[in-house]
Amino acid sequence: MAGMKERIMEGVLLDEECSLTLAELSRACAARGEWVMELVEEGILEPSGGTPAEWRFAAPSLQRARVVRNLQRDLGVNLAGAALVLDLLDEVERLRARLRRFESGC
Amino acid sequence: MEFKDYYEIMGVSRDATQEEIKRAYRKLARKYHPDVSKEPDAEEKFKQLGEAYEVLKDPEKRAAYDKLGANWKAGQEFHPPPDWDAGFEFRGGGFTGAGEGVDYSDFFESLFGGGFRRAGGRGGFHARGQDTHAKVLIDLEDAYRGAVRHITLQAPEVDAQGHVTTRQRTLKVNIPKGVREGQQIRLAGQGAPGIGEGPAGDLYLEIAFKPHPFYRVEGKDVYLDLPVAPWEAALGGRVKVPTPAGTLELKIPPGSNTGKKMRLKGKGIPARQPGDFYVELKVMTPPAESEEQKALYRRMAEKFSYNPRSGLGV
Repeated sequence: MAGMKERIMEGVLLDEECSLTLAELSRACAARGEWVMELVEEGILEPSGGTPAEWRFAAPSLQRARVVRNLQRDLGVNLAGAALVLDLLDEVERLRARLRRFESGC
Repeated sequence: MEFKDYYEIMGVSRDATQEEIKRAYRKLARKYHPDVSKEPDAEEKFKQLGEAYEVLKDPEKRAAYDKLGANWKAGQEFHPPPDWDAGFEFRGGGFTGAGEGVDYSDFFESLFGGGFRRAGGRGGFHARGQDTHAKVLIDLEDAYRGAVRHITLQAPEVDAQGHVTTRQRTLKVNIPKGVREGQQIRLAGQGAPGIGEGPAGDLYLEIAFKPHPFYRVEGKDVYLDLPVAPWEAALGGRVKVPTPAGTLELKIPPGSNTGKKMRLKGKGIPARQPGDFYVELKVMTPPAESEEQKALYRRMAEKFSYNPRSGLGV
């Protein structure tokens, strides 16, 4: 078994040039497509493309969607609440980064 | 196997009402939610909490758990008594982490693991396996050069008898040059196995950097505080700067001071549009140890009419 696993795996890096379809994103979140559509409606995700079939989600959407899903599932937060949490988390992250800069600058 | 005191984990008494248990869960779940909390062991605490709640929120499971008796202490060696669950009927589903490959403790599995997890593998039914997710810690240097990393994953697996075991597997994964914190690498077909003849799901690896003793990373930009001697700052000159890509020379302009920021364009994390490397100067005071060094400082005090506090009006 060990021998079989020795091959080096090449993954796909989801960078700026990479985007996910509605199906890929919902599958990666173990959620239904309708749920992802609700996130788009709430403004949590902003895909490019006109119709859901043409939607392309930027790579960071995956992380955002998964946080929303975890919050909904674990804490019973609704979509508007989850959107707010995401914004606040972004803000906290920005502040932490600034704090790190100041703390190490002393 | 160790006994787990679910009441202790949730911080409630054994006679807590279902309402109290729910409130305690909500409160602790917010505190330890891994997406929100920065507590160092949030993930582990949250997992334990989920497991405790899974049992205590369900009157059937709670009753069965209570039947084990109140004399058990957390951490005590535990074997489920035979027939301990006689007369209880556990309904499947309703899992906090249903479908995400939650891995509960052996203690939980020995009590509640058997019956209802078997649901998946009915004959004739095919479905694609679930996508799974894992976090990978890499060095910042790996993002500059690319690297091959061994990644060990624990995955719960259901055997033919319906028992859940934790299987460890190690993958050798190529970490491409230019990855950044928070990005994902998708490994097709490395997620959960499919059901029936369904294909396996994908595995998503989320990249995180190990904390570095002197570099800070923000997106694709990298920051460094660079200590310089007072004469380097005052007179200018060339100094060596470490970067994750190797040592560079930096020209410091005369009259620089602590806090001066300099940008090494394109020396951040590589990409089609690479990040920048920012250096912030930090003037260090050389210690005056020998008599000669002290004399030098005294001479400086005489020769400079310099008041660093003039801006403070004193």
